[in-house]
Amino acid sequence: MAVTENDVRHVAALARVGLPAARVPELVAELNRILDHMDVLSQVDTAAVQPVAGVAAGGAPLRVDGGPQIALARSRDAFVPQTRDGFILVPRLATHEEAPASAADAADLRDAGGAGGGVPS
Amino acid sequence: MTRDVLGMGVTHFRDAVAANELRVTEAVDASFVRAGEVGAGRDGLNAILWSDEEASHREAAALSKRVERSVGARPTHGSGTELLGVPVAVKDNIATLTLPTTCGSRILGGYVSPFEATVVSRLRAAGAVVVAKTNMDEFAMGSSTENSAYGPTRNPLDRTRVPGGSSGGSAAAVAAGVVRVALGSETGGSVRQPAAFCGIVGVKPTYGRVSRYGLVAFASSLDQVGVFGATVDDAAAVMEVIAGRDVLDSTTPPEPAVPPYRAAAHESVQGLVVGRPKEYFPSSLDPRIRERCDRALHVLEGLGATVKEVSLKHTDLAIPVYYIVAPAEASSNLARFDGARYGLRVHGDGLRGMYEATRSAGFGPEVTRRILLGTYVLSAGYYDAYYKKAQEVRALIAGDFASVFAGRVDVLFTPTTPTPAFPLGAKSDPYEMYLSDIFTATANLAGVPAMSVPIGRVDGLPVGGQLIANHFREDTMFRAAYALERALGQEAHR
Repeated sequence: MAVTENDVRHVAALARVGLPAARVPELVAELNRILDHMDVLSQVDTAAVQPVAGVAAGGAPLRVDGGPQIALARSRDAFVPQTRDGFILVPRLATHEEAPASAADAADLRDAGGAGGGVPS
Repeated sequence: MTRDVLGMGVTHFRDAVAANELRVTEAVDASFVRAGEVGAGRDGLNAILWSDEEASHREAAALSKRVERSVGARPTHGSGTELLGVPVAVKDNIATLTLPTTCGSRILGGYVSPFEATVVSRLRAAGAVVVAKTNMDEFAMGSSTENSAYGPTRNPLDRTRVPGGSSGGSAAAVAAGVVRVALGSETGGSVRQPAAFCGIVGVKPTYGRVSRYGLVAFASSLDQVGVFGATVDDAAAVMEVIAGRDVLDSTTPPEPAVPPYRAAAHESVQGLVVGRPKEYFPSSLDPRIRERCDRALHVLEGLGATVKEVSLKHTDLAIPVYYIVAPAEASSNLARFDGARYGLRVHGDGLRGMYEATRSAGFGPEVTRRILLGTYVLSAGYYDAYYKKAQEVRALIAGDFASVFAGRVDVLFTPTTPTPAFPLGAKSDPYEMYLSDIFTATANLAGVPAMSVPIGRVDGLPVGGQLIANHFREDTMFRAAYALERALGQEAHR
């Protein structure tokens, strides 16, 4: 099962990762080299084996809903890239990806201060 | 005369503080002096990403009331004095309140957590002081600490070589003598492999033994917080403090109770059955590493243990299984880093454009590769062939361990890594790098505890021996490790 350029573009879209066009053929080669090593699994007889998703003692118990409240040591404003009136501010959904962002949205974002996060230089 | 407080085991230091022989701030202050001497920061080893000397000193000084309380008292569990004044370094994917938590990634650049990991809370409650956040492969994806957005960490024993990874910064900080103990995290060997490369002790607990609350998730069915120690006793002392039930992590069971690991470590290995799995000693194994392992096994036999040849026949499938399961889980866990709620935000065309631009700019090449690989193996048409198949073979690998431990084997002994530390930049092919985890990933897939201890050197580079025990039998693992450490003495470091 060889990965194609279309596959890479498809999974990148699913994963919401933007890829420069030049990176696509490189990733095709890299992923295929990795997946070649995975093909050995297809030769293992697992007809009588139940798959396991985890190895926690007693499975993966659910925590009681409404468990202990963890007070945050700092307000959301300290770590959220953009807020307004106590809400997290994000770009408009752009009518489910089809339409470009409106000029008003772009202006909103500029007003709110542009990129957040503070990557160290 | 200057006392070498960082040369003292953490419990000896604690006892000296409780006896008013040392100031409670002494080890914390010495840690910063040592960090400067060895160049632990960005321009040197690049082991430490974030620290605040004044804040750490203040925190240590504020422990003086506990010193008064501790004089003449036993440092019992929960006394708040078990690690009084002990400096500890913490991997940068474990949440701390005052220092950044960036996971070695641009996407979390400058992020300071609004809550604290349970393991950090427990260490601080026991009197330990966090003195540094340490470098790591981005989101713990790597085996050399070369994948950090903040540059590679160097091995203190040979600065042209890697310290291992992904917890390479923590391992290098302990190996350089900056701290005696540090926290790392394990998904496929990220504590044991760097411990082996740096000549120190590294512990991966049983899945569920230590809370992951506040550990930034990579692959949730595999992740565990791990411990580095200069010695087995140092690591056991930290494990006693951090292990056990946490209501904030539902995978931590209340039973079995956490045993006193330090006391257990001092018990005799007389009658212990040590399994030697033949699959971990292939004909291609470096004969010098094989010789160090054989010597360690002879040492254990000399102390009264019995060595038994065993088989874990699905071992060679561990890397393919691991590199399907871990990226699949990572592709889901890392979906939260999208520019909306924390960290980096890069504007694009609308909301989706922001997601794509943020993630493209924020993630490095290895993280991007694993997200795409994980998304691919989970996608329609490939799920059964890759992800479901990997889950089935994972069951076979876990079954291998269950069979061996059911067959009256107490602990397994193997090499931790197939080679000693390799030069920086030596492995450019991703799969070749993945093979660094060939002897360690099995324990994560099966959920059993494992640890690495130094057993000698090859060309001056450390070699680690791995001990693997049954679920929740860290006590047995520590017993074998301590016996080996004591019997080998300085031979473990030459």
